[in-house]
Amino acid sequence: MTGAQLSLAVSVFLACAVEAVEAFTIVLAVGTTRRWRPALGGVGAATLALAVIVAALGPALTALPLGVLRVIVGGLLLTFGLQWLRKAILRAAGAKDKHDEEAIFREEEAEAAAVPAAQGFDGYAFAISFKAVLLEGLEVAFIVLTFGANQHDVGLAAAAAAAAVLAVLGAGLALRAPLSRVPENGMKFVVGVMLTSFGIFWGAEGAGADWPGGDASLAALVAVVALAALAMVAEVRSRGADRAVAG
Amino acid sequence: MILRRAALAAWDFVVGDDWRLALAAVLAIGLTAVACALGLSAWWLAPLVALIALRWTLRGARPSAANASSTSS
Repeated sequence: MTGAQLSLAVSVFLACAVEAVEAFTIVLAVGTTRRWRPALGGVGAATLALAVIVAALGPALTALPLGVLRVIVGGLLLTFGLQWLRKAILRAAGAKDKHDEEAIFREEEAEAAAVPAAQGFDGYAFAISFKAVLLEGLEVAFIVLTFGANQHDVGLAAAAAAAAVLAVLGAGLALRAPLSRVPENGMKFVVGVMLTSFGIFWGAEGAGADWPGGDASLAALVAVVALAALAMVAEVRSRGADRAVAG
Repeated sequence: MILRRAALAAWDFVVGDDWRLALAAVLAIGLTAVACALGLSAWWLAPLVALIALRWTLRGARPSAANASSTSS
């Protein structure tokens, strides 16, 4: 496996694992509070919808000329990556609450319990599960498609995504509880760095730039983005220390 | 109505919480394309624009009082 393939697999695995953990928490809360059958029906329907989206968009993406594909994919990955990274920096610096699966589980449980029970088909359980899996899965489907199409390795990207879902499902079924021990905030930081780096790399290449050292410069770019993000965490944290001193 | 909701959902999916970062991504790649079209070596431009924009969106951010103790350790 080349370095680029390894980066692709790790990025897709981590992104998919984070989204799978979030979707699992919501489905678990709805399933345990309401009924499992409609909740799992929602999961199945959303998975089917995601498969249709991937099947429809996959060939369209791979049919684009490489330069155009890299500008579009690079731009979108850079947009997603910067958003993930900004939130991860704010969380790491203490300027935003950390993602807490236990708290989200309790909130979802309370909301599900507050809705009156259905006599026949439980549309609430179905709809909430469907929405959770579709929304969390859409970004992953996009990441799988774009990474895979760009590196001509959709199979590897899909395998990494499937491995992440199976790992989360396995851990979730074993614990039968929200996966609060998964280091989600750290994983989101890493995914933000990787998406931003790949977005910059492919976007600039598609725009006509030649990276010194070719593909090897991607590793340097990841290091630069990671160090810059860590410096920004330290900078935001230091503002809290300044306030404490001033107070 | 359905088209409007679909357009809003697509906007929300692509642009996300902070439109400034979406604009930064467009600028980073757009300026690189312009510089390359002018014959310049511009590989450094996209990371520079992206990281400056990211830092700019964090200006004024500071740890909340509730999180300050946990982040100082």
